[in-house]
Amino acid sequence: MKKVVMGNHAVSYGVRASEVKVISAYPVTPQTHIVELLSELVANGEIDAKFIKVESEHSAMAACVGASAAGSRTFTATSSQGLLLMTEMLHWAVGARLPIVLTNVNRAIGPPWSIWTDQNDSLSMRDVGWIQIYCESNQETQDAIPQAFKIAEEINLPVMLVLDAFFLSHTYEIVDLLETEQVRDFLPPYNPEIKLDTNDPHSFGNLSGPDYYMELRYMIEEAMNDARGVIKRVGKEFGEHFGRYYDMVVPYRCDDADLILVTSGTVASTTRAVIDEMRDEGIKIGALKIRVLRPFPFKEVSDILCSTKKVAVLDRNISFGNHGVFFQEVKSALYGKTDIPIIGYILGLGGRDVTPKVIREVADKAIKDKNPEPYINWIGVKR
Amino acid sequence: MREARIPTEELMGSGHLACQGCGATIAMRFALKALGSKTILVIPACCWAVIDGTFPHSAVDVPIFHTAFETAAVTAAGVKAGLEMRGDFETTVVAWAGDGGTFDIGLQALSGTAERNDDIIYVCYDNEAYMNTGIQRSSSTPVGAWTTTTPVTNYKTRPKKNMIDIMAAHAIPYIATASVAYPEDLIRKFKKAKAIKGTKYIQILAPCPTGWKLSPELTIWAGRKAVTSKVYPMLEITENGNKLTVWKDFEATSFKEYIKPQGRFRHLKENEIEKIGKDVESSWQRLLAREKMLASIPGLEA
Repeated sequence: MKKVVMGNHAVSYGVRASEVKVISAYPVTPQTHIVELLSELVANGEIDAKFIKVESEHSAMAACVGASAAGSRTFTATSSQGLLLMTEMLHWAVGARLPIVLTNVNRAIGPPWSIWTDQNDSLSMRDVGWIQIYCESNQETQDAIPQAFKIAEEINLPVMLVLDAFFLSHTYEIVDLLETEQVRDFLPPYNPEIKLDTNDPHSFGNLSGPDYYMELRYMIEEAMNDARGVIKRVGKEFGEHFGRYYDMVVPYRCDDADLILVTSGTVASTTRAVIDEMRDEGIKIGALKIRVLRPFPFKEVSDILCSTKKVAVLDRNISFGNHGVFFQEVKSALYGKTDIPIIGYILGLGGRDVTPKVIREVADKAIKDKNPEPYINWIGVKR
Repeated sequence: MREARIPTEELMGSGHLACQGCGATIAMRFALKALGSKTILVIPACCWAVIDGTFPHSAVDVPIFHTAFETAAVTAAGVKAGLEMRGDFETTVVAWAGDGGTFDIGLQALSGTAERNDDIIYVCYDNEAYMNTGIQRSSSTPVGAWTTTTPVTNYKTRPKKNMIDIMAAHAIPYIATASVAYPEDLIRKFKKAKAIKGTKYIQILAPCPTGWKLSPELTIWAGRKAVTSKVYPMLEITENGNKLTVWKDFEATSFKEYIKPQGRFRHLKENEIEKIGKDVESSWQRLLAREKMLASIPGLEA
């Protein structure tokens, strides 16, 4: 059924279709609509789940950790400061190998207070061990939920789905809503072999000396590696079920491009419009959207970018002291594979609008820019 | 032949990693005897995170989920919800935390869980300081005590936080104190808690020979003297915080006798001991007055 819904509500409908059993969350702008609608759907019986209404995001993730360890499918949503407060338990979910799914609405971090979008919240969790998928449309924020559970439950790692504050969270788009019955074929009920069980008592997470710890971390990295294939396969299977296919990266008019703009999130949609406009002018330009940040799609990124002459990375985030995060990632993917210039641009922080005009400015600048600058290319900053 | 008052079932093995004379270990042994094998423990950072043993060993025959320091209550609430959604309504879920994880860092999550009245037993085994990290003061440390962060030249001058009153303010169905010196009483309270739906809070005085600078053979002695000297009253709060029952059927002993073998109080001068002793008596009288006062008011219906 097609319906016009806001990005946040598309997330809630994705949760409904995925037969989640325990939800625990705390309100935070601009995520709150997700849990408001979930509260309603649980209250009216459309979702057969328990909703633990906790006193903080830290507790939200702790409740999810407990419920997931007991063998139930669990979900939470948060944003910005809330995600930061969860940090300790985000690590716990990884170490405990729990397939929790979290939707994070990208919101800038204070101070100063900001409720508008940038990626620094989720990117500060880059190294925790969560799979990270950046969504571009309301349809995708919904479709990503059952995919995320399928991926998580296969490799026993949690998945973080990310969407831009307001540009997606509060924007209404047509979404083809998933029905629970349809999704059940794609995502069977969660019934893990290893869980808290009084008939088979084990101690989970107890003190481990140097003899064991490193192996357990090795196993997490192995799972991350396996996730590459699983994410691709699940994206394809989802397409076979519902007609909408998903992959690690999304190239656009890259084949003969002399310059490729690397993007993520909603900036990707705007960028494609600019690519079309510039192609009409005869400029050989393409775009590459990075959908999955962890595990990083090294092969896909390098296969596509090695065929071009120049790469410009658009970062709606900043790693203070070392450019933007996607810029760092792309550079590491191309290391030793090509000598082409890779140039990073910082834009759109704290919700500053990234319009077609802004992207055109980046593209025009990138065409002229010869080499990576030792300093950061700030776009539109008032100095 | 008399019937054994303590269940003979043992769900805790002897191969644990506790110090000699550890009160927290005795507390666990009796608690599990009361609760039985259909129990899941959620343990945050505390002595018991170590006592249980290192991977792949465990000292108990029930599942344990180790969790982060401040999350025992809410992780347990999550476990309970997860079990119920799988159709298991029988298993008792117990959060088992120390006083640091309860009075201090875990207070917020515990308050949230109690306010929601999630169906768990929350146990604080109270050894009155951060013993696992090496005897640092917590808000449970009693007035006058030495710890490594309250040296004898600057010992703790603030009273122990009244955690029982805080929990009573949450109107939960069952609150009790217990002491490892009274195992039958402790077992009775756990059995009672197990049968009640909602958040149950049991605070067990668990003397710590290492941290209290007490001879290990005096653990039970100290657990008893704490009660008979009125330092650690044995009480139950039922009817959602509206009924208080204080155990008074004992021969009173002195505060001075209780603290004498405890090195953590050795620096106290006569006049300081006398003053703290008076405060102990005054708190006790207030407790009895409250018991009487609550009994005179009809309980709330809700």
